[in-house]
Amino acid sequence: MPPEMDGNSSTYGLEGKGAALRGPEGASRRYGRDWAWWQDKLVASVVFVGGVSAIVFVLGIFAFVTREGLGFILHTMDVREFFGSIAWRPTSLIRPTYGALALIVGTAFVTGLAMVFSVPFSLGAAIFIGEFAKGRVRETLKILVELLAAVPSVVWGFIGMTVMNEFLIRTFGVPVGLNAMNAGLILGLMAAPIMTTIAEDALKAVPDGYREAAEAMGATRWQVVWRVVLPAAKNGLLGAVLLGVGRAFGETMAVLMASGHSIHLPTSPFDSVRALTATIAAELGETAVGSDHYRALFTLGILLFVVTFFINLAADLVVRGVRGGR
Amino acid sequence: MVSPGPSHPVPVEGAGGRGRTSVRPVQGPPKLEVRDLWLGYGSRTVLRQVSLSVRENEILGIIGPANGGKTSFLRALNRMNELTPGMWVRGQILLDGEDISRLPNVYSLRRRIGVVFPLPVGLPLSIYDNVALAPRLAGIRSKAKLDEIVERCLVRAALWDEVKDRLHALGSLLSGGQQQRLTIARALSQDPELLLLDEFSIAVDPVTTMRIEDVLKELKREITIVLVTNLVQQARRLADRTAFFLNGEVVEIGETEALFQGKVEDPRTLEYLEGKFG
Repeated sequence: MPPEMDGNSSTYGLEGKGAALRGPEGASRRYGRDWAWWQDKLVASVVFVGGVSAIVFVLGIFAFVTREGLGFILHTMDVREFFGSIAWRPTSLIRPTYGALALIVGTAFVTGLAMVFSVPFSLGAAIFIGEFAKGRVRETLKILVELLAAVPSVVWGFIGMTVMNEFLIRTFGVPVGLNAMNAGLILGLMAAPIMTTIAEDALKAVPDGYREAAEAMGATRWQVVWRVVLPAAKNGLLGAVLLGVGRAFGETMAVLMASGHSIHLPTSPFDSVRALTATIAAELGETAVGSDHYRALFTLGILLFVVTFFINLAADLVVRGVRGGR
Repeated sequence: MVSPGPSHPVPVEGAGGRGRTSVRPVQGPPKLEVRDLWLGYGSRTVLRQVSLSVRENEILGIIGPANGGKTSFLRALNRMNELTPGMWVRGQILLDGEDISRLPNVYSLRRRIGVVFPLPVGLPLSIYDNVALAPRLAGIRSKAKLDEIVERCLVRAALWDEVKDRLHALGSLLSGGQQQRLTIARALSQDPELLLLDEFSIAVDPVTTMRIEDVLKELKREITIVLVTNLVQQARRLADRTAFFLNGEVVEIGETEALFQGKVEDPRTLEYLEGKFG
């Protein structure tokens, strides 16, 4: 009986340690474990640890944030107040209140403004880089866009406080330049590179055969883009926009510096607002660990975590749809 | 190197025999005339000094081993070369006597020329939208008119009966042979005067190939066809005249039947036709 037919221990299997002894000389040499086999097992286990650690870290962070915030959610939090009131007065000595409505609205408003500014420009940039620009122009633009993504957020915040602040005061004659408009513009600029890069990848994933077929029919460049490339890439483009939303939503430092950081339900883009993220960043350092205020901030963190998780999940599902659907 | 110009006399006695009309009408001006065409990519020359003409309502077969410049030649005919970085074309290509490189609107040129690629490219649109794309690009909006065009082109491409009940299903879900007929319907939807086919049967089963060949024989009454093929027998079945491309040059061009009967001017043509190389 050849060794590999021997039911309980195959030479290929993990537990085949006896195989070399069992088979004839030639077979054991031919089917023995060589360095490539060991290398494969080693690499597989290293990569496995890497992959699992990502899950461990995400769950760990979620567990930590939840543990810190849970006490507040269970005992102190009044859901109606938290989601319905704008009175965020955690440091009040008489009666602290934790109304996060203004913070939630502030974050949503600033993110929305950022998307209004950045989505058209990002998609336009991606279409230009992917479909119209050629050769050196295209390569240069790609590098510049990626460079834009590498600017630290505190630098963006600084630009918001100085350049954009002045610009808004002068152009629109508003008394305060640190407002939702300022933060929206800055966040839009920050989200644009990632959206452009992902959107361009989505366009690149459209097979060239589609373009060629349409062009052979006499479609102009723009007709090719509008009629063929964009419909084929629409899921990827939507994914790019959602990732941009996630980026703007979770940004902290730049919003803190540019938004004015005042608790306020905005009625115009030129009102100062305060974001969830900025609130955590600004206040966490001054709270006593374990206090209600401390736990309330972690509750904001849970809220952020949940929302970004669903945005990213949605982006992921949408982008996946592009591959699985066709 | 024999590359007869447009005035090359037609050896009438060579044609016919396979049920083709053996007596041709008096030659009008050629539909397409290529004069002294050179073409290449960067520093590499792919086609050298190609001169040939295609008559109205004929099928010109182009045969030859791989890398002979057949596909590049087709690309030059509707200025698709301009879409390939580094590709250059020198010489004259006249469509109905007009130099295509001087036409102000390249898109209108491409609308007059239908192209079928080797591998079927079903655009990720419904069957209906695939065929209606070119008319829509040309600005036709009327639903009734589009319906009429879609039906006519699918019928002409011998696909109508198989898809008429699912016109709004995705075109890319059809089988390979059906997709290739869909691309032919698409190429016909712009009412081309000239149809370029590049090894259309490469991904198609023999039965479908025969059906498409029948379609092409029908189409010949209305339009002019240039057929690049690596199947010598396909050229024999379809082409009125055949050109033999070898290493970037036109070795021979003549009536298909005459070539297959051994009336060649260059021994290499016969060797290729007999399958000795290629």
